[in-house]
Amino acid sequence: MSRITRESGSATGTFRRALQVSPGLREGLLVVAGLALLAAAGRVVVPIAVQITLDQGIQRPGSPQTGFVLTTVAVCAVVVLATAWVTYLMNHRLYRSTEAGLATLRVKAFRRVHDLSAPALSGERRGDLVARVTGDVDQFSIFLQFGGMLLVSLCQLVVGSAVMFAYSWVLTLMVWAVFVPLLLVSPPMQRRLSQHYGRVRARAGDMLAATGEAVVGAAVIRAYGAGDLIGRRIDTAVEEHRRAQSRAQRLVAVTLSSGEVAAALAIGGVVSLGVVLGVHGRLTAGELVAFLFLVTLFIGPAQMSTEVLNELQNALAGWRRALAVVDTPIDVADPGKAGVDLERGPMEVLFEEVGYAYPAGPPVLHGISAHIAPRTRVAVVGETGSGKSTFAKLLIRLADPSSGRVTVNGVPLSEVRFSSLRKRVVMVPQDGFLFDTTVGANIRYGRPDATDDEVRRALATLGLRSWLESLPQGLRTPVGQRGEALSAGERQLVALARAYLADPDLLVLDEATSAVDPATEQRLQQALENATRGRTAVSVAHRLSTARAADRVLVFDKGRIVQQGTHEELVAREGRYAELYAAWMSATSSGAGAP
Amino acid sequence: MSGTDSSTLRRGLGVLSVAVREEPWIFTAALLASCLYGVAPVATSWVLGRITERVVLPAFEAGRTTTAALTGAGLAIFGVAMLRVVGVIGRRVGAGIMQFRLQATYRRKVARHYLRLPLSWHQRHPAGQLLSNVSSDVEAVWAPIVPLPTAIGVVVMLLAAVVSMALVDPVLAGVSLLVFPAVGLLNVFYQRRLSPLAARAQSLRAEVSDIAHESFDGAVVVKTLGLERYETERMAAAAERLRDANIAVGRTRGRFDPMLDALPNLGILTVLAVGTVRLAAGAITVGELVQVAYLFTMIAFPVRAFGWVLAELPRSSVGWSRVRHVLDAEGDRSTGELRLADAGPISLHTRGVSYAYDAGNVLHDVTLRVGSGRTVAVVGPTGSGKSTLAALMVRLVDPLEGDVLMDGKDAREMRSGEVCSAVAFVPQEALLFDDTVRGNVLLGLKVPDERVWEALEAVEAADVVRALPQGLDTRVGERGATLSGGQRQRVALARALVRRPRLLVLDDATSSIDPQVEGRILTRLRDARVPSTLVLVAYRQATIALADQVVHIERGRVVDSGTHEELLARCAGYRELVTAYEREERRTAGPDGSGVAAIEEGRTA
Repeated sequence: MSRITRESGSATGTFRRALQVSPGLREGLLVVAGLALLAAAGRVVVPIAVQITLDQGIQRPGSPQTGFVLTTVAVCAVVVLATAWVTYLMNHRLYRSTEAGLATLRVKAFRRVHDLSAPALSGERRGDLVARVTGDVDQFSIFLQFGGMLLVSLCQLVVGSAVMFAYSWVLTLMVWAVFVPLLLVSPPMQRRLSQHYGRVRARAGDMLAATGEAVVGAAVIRAYGAGDLIGRRIDTAVEEHRRAQSRAQRLVAVTLSSGEVAAALAIGGVVSLGVVLGVHGRLTAGELVAFLFLVTLFIGPAQMSTEVLNELQNALAGWRRALAVVDTPIDVADPGKAGVDLERGPMEVLFEEVGYAYPAGPPVLHGISAHIAPRTRVAVVGETGSGKSTFAKLLIRLADPSSGRVTVNGVPLSEVRFSSLRKRVVMVPQDGFLFDTTVGANIRYGRPDATDDEVRRALATLGLRSWLESLPQGLRTPVGQRGEALSAGERQLVALARAYLADPDLLVLDEATSAVDPATEQRLQQALENATRGRTAVSVAHRLSTARAADRVLVFDKGRIVQQGTHEELVAREGRYAELYAAWMSATSSGAGAP
Repeated sequence: MSGTDSSTLRRGLGVLSVAVREEPWIFTAALLASCLYGVAPVATSWVLGRITERVVLPAFEAGRTTTAALTGAGLAIFGVAMLRVVGVIGRRVGAGIMQFRLQATYRRKVARHYLRLPLSWHQRHPAGQLLSNVSSDVEAVWAPIVPLPTAIGVVVMLLAAVVSMALVDPVLAGVSLLVFPAVGLLNVFYQRRLSPLAARAQSLRAEVSDIAHESFDGAVVVKTLGLERYETERMAAAAERLRDANIAVGRTRGRFDPMLDALPNLGILTVLAVGTVRLAAGAITVGELVQVAYLFTMIAFPVRAFGWVLAELPRSSVGWSRVRHVLDAEGDRSTGELRLADAGPISLHTRGVSYAYDAGNVLHDVTLRVGSGRTVAVVGPTGSGKSTLAALMVRLVDPLEGDVLMDGKDAREMRSGEVCSAVAFVPQEALLFDDTVRGNVLLGLKVPDERVWEALEAVEAADVVRALPQGLDTRVGERGATLSGGQRQRVALARALVRRPRLLVLDDATSSIDPQVEGRILTRLRDARVPSTLVLVAYRQATIALADQVVHIERGRVVDSGTHEELLARCAGYRELVTAYEREERRTAGPDGSGVAAIEEGRTA
């Protein structure tokens, strides 16, 4: 179901795309590469100092030449300090440009998620989307924290090889001969290792899920004495996680030991072969010792390089996952500059033979034609799954019809600029999602420039002044995460006030849920009525009392409009509406109060 | 400042001593391997020095050598390097096994403790916090375990190095005594500078994550109000703060890392200079000079490992205090030896019970009797304490004052498991586990499938389950995500019914079920062949009408009780509550505005 393109492609492709998305990256990367090379070059100065000291300061006839050695050491010390300075400059540059690039990527991916249509979003797991703009991007950032050093290490391999080559190509070839097999074996090793780590992460997820049940299901577990059952499940999940960790580690140990053995072979080989070469006059003692120093400079990065490449793969995979979001096509697009702005004023809506099917799903709406006249209140009723919510989504362009079209005041909805559409057409969604701030700030989301007084006036007009007064800190009352500090009904009230403050010409309401207690529900009902007065309003009604108050009722059944008319007309007729109404009446009263 | 540091250090070391006591053998093995790892570089450099002197230099001078000398030299170096290999692997594997075991042990301990702790404890602790106790806190506690043997190995390494140098030449050893402590101190200083910066980056990462979570959760609201730009700006501001924090961390690393690299290199150069002078004085040989210089290159990196352990200690001790907070929490609910009557519906009596959460009292002196086999509805506005009362009735929590009596006996004095086996409770939010339909209905109960089907039939869910791809074996997903709200509630009801409870408490457990179906299910429960005492927390009149007796609760007190008709006649608050729908019917049927007056009336009444 996911719309997000499956992330794939070569490292270079990813890199090229990354540069396009975050142009800031390009800036300074060349400089960084140059500085890294300089820094690496600076590091071979110590082995060279050792060679010069041994060959020319100590082994020469008439040695030791203390003055010469001291001069050499002093020069080299300056080079070492300069290298440190260059490395610092490089790190500094590296962090600045890559972090800026990552921040850009993050924000662009975030924006793209909001540009995806509601049906496209419902095909994605929220957690996955969050991971793509957080953890996946962080992964690269964390890699970079070690990356500066690693970049130098890799350059060190190159520079180290060059200097070794200058001392003795035979010994260099021998060292390479020991390490090349290691480099060849390691990519498949690393792949297996990353599979293992993938499994460790998956088992960690299982473990958290199992523990999550113990926490979230605390009441049920106690009520049913299911503690042992759940406890055993957690034990198993914890044990599976530990086993996965151990298995992964076993492979790490193999990888690590092969690197260490190669290093031991290389050093032993260099000494033996070096002496043979020296005997034949092709290597001085100082060069041999310097070579040993160089090999140690070489071993570290060579051992690390496989691990680094693996980490880099992971980091790139994270980057790729974030880029994939940026590259996801927008299915319900803002026409932007080419679009039309809606005039303020009464709004009229026309559905012409509209059909809709969810991506890769069966059709849910068939040939819907409806006319909603300006300033009328329309109720949309039907059972769950009859298509009434989809109708509302198309009405406010959360999705585009698969066939037919929707027009507002004669303009096709798809040609209206979002900046205009979202001001003129506002929906109060069914779940009154609130942001984790205050009541006042949440209402102000409807019109960010509104003053506290305007917010209070809006609440008063909706008949909610007494409710506002009942809140502990009035407009400054915090609502908690997702608004959970308020009751479901109160969240609906805030959502409604928010929509009312936006002052739209077409208000679409997806009504309150069954969990609201009757007193709040009644308050909500009154507020709804005040909010819709004098504008075009479409209510997706779960309770038929709304239909009764509407000017017109659209009855949905299995994706079609099967009846239209006023409440009185429809009740009088036999049909779907009369059935729904009868069922509703019998459920909401004991029979005594029915008309 | 230094006071808190030393206490952090002490606490951190305390945690490590717990680890050693828990896994003494593996720790010893890892420690031995680490010592091997520590001695190896010293041995290697010593061997190299001797080879330089006895094989390399003579051969270069003489212009010839023997195969035996060459093989011997190669093998000696290879052999001593293999010591290091064994040390490295042993240390890594040993420390890993130790860390994984400790993690698993403490995760099990914490999770098992969650299962034991009373519900009242859970109500005071948010789920997210408890999950992070199990995952990241336990992880943090044992994070220093992996570098710990290394650090100890490094101490061994330093001692061995200084001793071996002192044997060569005290003056050269003096150089090492300047350089190594400098590296160590610089590293400690570095970690101290870094950790607050890293902590800040970590918390900003959490902030970015919170914004993304919230914004994506509210994606529909963002879309319908056209808030995309506003949200993007909010995200961009946080992303920029994080970027700056990451750059600050990087800059600190960028400054210290090169210094830490440069110090040993300067040390080697100093060794060359001092060594040449000592050589001229005849105090050392060339081989010894090579030995000391080589030792510096080998030790430079491991010395830094010491700083890593120190860096992990504060995080570890914070994690430990969080884990202890859970493990030290008061555990079991008390139980006694009393038993319920052998069969028949349970009679329930709450005698003057009170209960309070942190926010304040929710129940005051509630006394009510539910006779054996009776059906009682508990009715009241949101927040009046109904759910708390329901939880007390099934002994999910114990009252602060008063008693809950079942069949006339104190629920606190019942044998362990006695209440669970006879009483069933269905909460407002139907919680399903990530298991099959059967597993969710049974929850560990062992009865044949016919009983499961019987229960599903009773809640009119059998057809739905039959239509599922694998019937009873269909997995319902995390929290039952693959089922609709109404289906989840029915499975939760079946879970209660399959136990043939003698007391059944439903806390508004049918709110998502179609009203007609709900009516049929509840009627079936009331008139069941195996009778049960039934307590319903409800709003709908049709539901309430099923009860023999209605208890009206407001603000944690029983306001009135009697039959539905009696309460309607004499209790204004009750009337207001249960007839809301009907009054609304009249209001919407009538002219605009009359409803407002009705509400205002209701509020002041």
